[in-house]
Amino acid sequence: MRTLGALLALLLAAPLATAPALARDDLVIGIAQFPSSLHPDIDPEVVKQYALDFGLRSLTVWNQDWKQACSICTELPTIENGLAKTETRADGKPGMAVTFKLRPDLKWADGVPVTVNDLVFTWQLARDPASGFSAAHDWQEVTAIDSVDEHTAVLHLSSPRANYNDWGSDSGKGMLLPEHVESPVHEHADGPGDYIKQTTYNRAPTTPGLWDGPYRMTDYRSGAQIVFEPNPYWPGTKPGFKHIVLKLIDNTAALQANLLSGDIDMVAGEGVGLTIDQALELRRQHPDRFTYIFKPSLTYEHVDLQKDNPILADLRVRQALLLAIDRQTLVQKLFEGQQPVAATWVNPLRPVYSKDVPAYGYDPARARQLLADAGWKPGADGICRNEHGDRLSIEIGTTAGNRLRELQEQVLQSQWKTVCVEATIRNEPARTLFGETLKQRKYTGMEMYAWSSAVAESPRRTLATDQIPTPQNNFGGANYIAFSDPAMDRDIDYVETELDPEKRQPAWAEMQRIYAEKLPVLPLFFRAEPHVIPKWLRGYAPTGHADMSPLWAENWSAAP
Amino acid sequence: MAGFILRRIVQTACVLLVMSFVIYGLIGLMPGDPLDAMLASVPNVTPDVIEHLKQIYGLDQPLLLRYWHWLLAALSGDLGYSRTHSQPVLVVLLPALLQSCKLMLASFCVSVVLSVTLGVLAARRPGGRLDAAISLFAFAGLSVPVFWLALVLILLFAVQLHWLPASGMSSLGGGGPGDQLRHLALPVATLALVTAGGFTRYVRAAMIETMRMDFIRTARAKGAGEARIVLRHALRNALIPVVTVMALSFGTLFSGALVTETMFAQYGMGKMIYDAILGNDYNLALAGLLFATLITLLSNLGADLAYARLDPRITLQ
Repeated sequence: MRTLGALLALLLAAPLATAPALARDDLVIGIAQFPSSLHPDIDPEVVKQYALDFGLRSLTVWNQDWKQACSICTELPTIENGLAKTETRADGKPGMAVTFKLRPDLKWADGVPVTVNDLVFTWQLARDPASGFSAAHDWQEVTAIDSVDEHTAVLHLSSPRANYNDWGSDSGKGMLLPEHVESPVHEHADGPGDYIKQTTYNRAPTTPGLWDGPYRMTDYRSGAQIVFEPNPYWPGTKPGFKHIVLKLIDNTAALQANLLSGDIDMVAGEGVGLTIDQALELRRQHPDRFTYIFKPSLTYEHVDLQKDNPILADLRVRQALLLAIDRQTLVQKLFEGQQPVAATWVNPLRPVYSKDVPAYGYDPARARQLLADAGWKPGADGICRNEHGDRLSIEIGTTAGNRLRELQEQVLQSQWKTVCVEATIRNEPARTLFGETLKQRKYTGMEMYAWSSAVAESPRRTLATDQIPTPQNNFGGANYIAFSDPAMDRDIDYVETELDPEKRQPAWAEMQRIYAEKLPVLPLFFRAEPHVIPKWLRGYAPTGHADMSPLWAENWSAAP
Repeated sequence: MAGFILRRIVQTACVLLVMSFVIYGLIGLMPGDPLDAMLASVPNVTPDVIEHLKQIYGLDQPLLLRYWHWLLAALSGDLGYSRTHSQPVLVVLLPALLQSCKLMLASFCVSVVLSVTLGVLAARRPGGRLDAAISLFAFAGLSVPVFWLALVLILLFAVQLHWLPASGMSSLGGGGPGDQLRHLALPVATLALVTAGGFTRYVRAAMIETMRMDFIRTARAKGAGEARIVLRHALRNALIPVVTVMALSFGTLFSGALVTETMFAQYGMGKMIYDAILGNDYNLALAGLLFATLITLLSNLGADLAYARLDPRITLQ
């Protein structure tokens, strides 16, 4: 009792009125997920990338206009400027030489300059299988690195690649690791996997020498919060905040309450904060309190179709299913029109987008006709049947508990019913859906989910024959629809290896046409990132792609 | 007494061993493996990379063998490495345990004081106005969803009045004890209000029953004052069954405060265990659940010891 009394006394003695969370020198960002680790190349996650982008910079970057630019290099290597060129390898095969010039004034936050040694170390580490890099693929394409001087290096690639100069922050691949900090850790690692446990990024993430961006991490409390402070050696624009705090509040209702109470200043929109419906609701209730930005993104919401299902094997049925969905009304009603309807997986904002693809507007009459042509006639209960009396009934699944998806599912179900298609809902937890059902292609009908791609990424992961998950390839790849088309495979190979963007464009157009004509999935819409930021925040510019807004965090400041 | 405690400790060790096997097996049976989550956003991942990562994380071994390796390491004091925190399990577990201790002890103490006070007051005149008001409070505590209560408290005290912080464990820079207490105030109030509802009903019922017993009548006949009868004679007897309920609740509170911890961004045991299970983090989930089991068993042992203390007729053999 005495202890309790003392505790209560202390509580009452504390000042009663809570001051606004922090002064304007600080920015507190609410996030609904927390990074599981901080090494840029191991265990990639969106929320980790978001956090790292405050403190680490990649060689190149896709900017807010979806154009490529240098980040810590001085000039983007291109064929035109001569910094990238094809070459003949020692074995006589074609290769590439790409010259990167690092910013000479760039330093780690402990004052040690960022040099070619860091680039070479990162490459060597990525090629060591014991390091456990998840995204080593791009580095493994580099066969050798020539150090021209302290800040210039020539990367020799094993083959000509269209993305030869794409070393962005996505999956941490273009972020350099500090040789002077991490090399001793790697040398002392004891067997495969030990580097993952010993890396300074996980053991002591507040070590200044780990960070070369405008901010460095100064406090890390796993599962709670991360604090960044300005890197005193950052040569670019002086950061506008003394602290940037990433605070985990994983319940989104509590996240909104924290916004309103001022405990947090903003919610990140890059998939680690509020969902779009929550942001829209917040805007309805407090239209003037915050600035709301809905940035269209590369995340593509769609319905995968099981091609082994005899009903869905018929193109006419697939077309009818898409024609029966009023996607425009769906995005208008559910998302106030903020999420654009998709024609294929290629967002219109991408430079490779083609306008010349078959369009599927809302046309229930044509849908009914296509079903009739396919042998499906409406029965007495309103559901179609074929000549054998089989019902036109298809299962649809998605991630259970995802309120928005479940809502979309109900809309689709009711619209399909009007054209005599019965959709039965069978949802599963996300871990089952992605861990087994999709990966092992156990679904019988349709699965609704989303995936994201990089700005210049080819559709190999999701559409190439060699990416169909099978036991033989350890269920690798994300071609869950088992789409296999020789023309598509040929185009994918071509856009990955042709160096001239102009020449690649027809192949991109053909891939989109094939996709729209064969309709292996039903495209729904592209998600928009819901950013809720304070009115006083200046310089904030979301991107909508994998190189996220914190990559320009030095431009953020409070209005005077 | 010493023999009793020793026996219970051996029993506890056996239960923990069995539980570790069951929990490990159950987590292993869940669909998906940790690599699914890790590689979901990695383009161009090749089969040999998947195979290699499986070896690095030990996922290429059969479940039983993995359990056996874990058990041997745990017996030597190494609880393993948390995959979702990239830290040794103890480094993750200890701060969460400390946070839960703060939260649970404070809310437990508040709820016990509140429920005993209200339960005794209600039992003095069953059916009276005060009893009705206290019963209303108790039922409200029992029936209100924790999530909703937490949100109401946040909206009232943080959003409207700006008296208390809405979330977190301390202000930027760590804060002093006063700052940490202010951050604990709302989660403690939430948990205490919810827990006190049930406790109050138990105390009330036990007190009503005890007040009808012969020895109370005898005490009154002997001229003892009402306060002495209630606090000295009745409460001590009424607490015997209540202590069991409270002790068992204490164990549950430790791992079961997930909603409160989530709503107030407090990283405690409940949230740690939940995240570990969802993230397929075997080592952390196992250690967290075993700690929760251990605390429940120890609470039970504490309840047994408290019986003997409260009722001299009970001997522990």
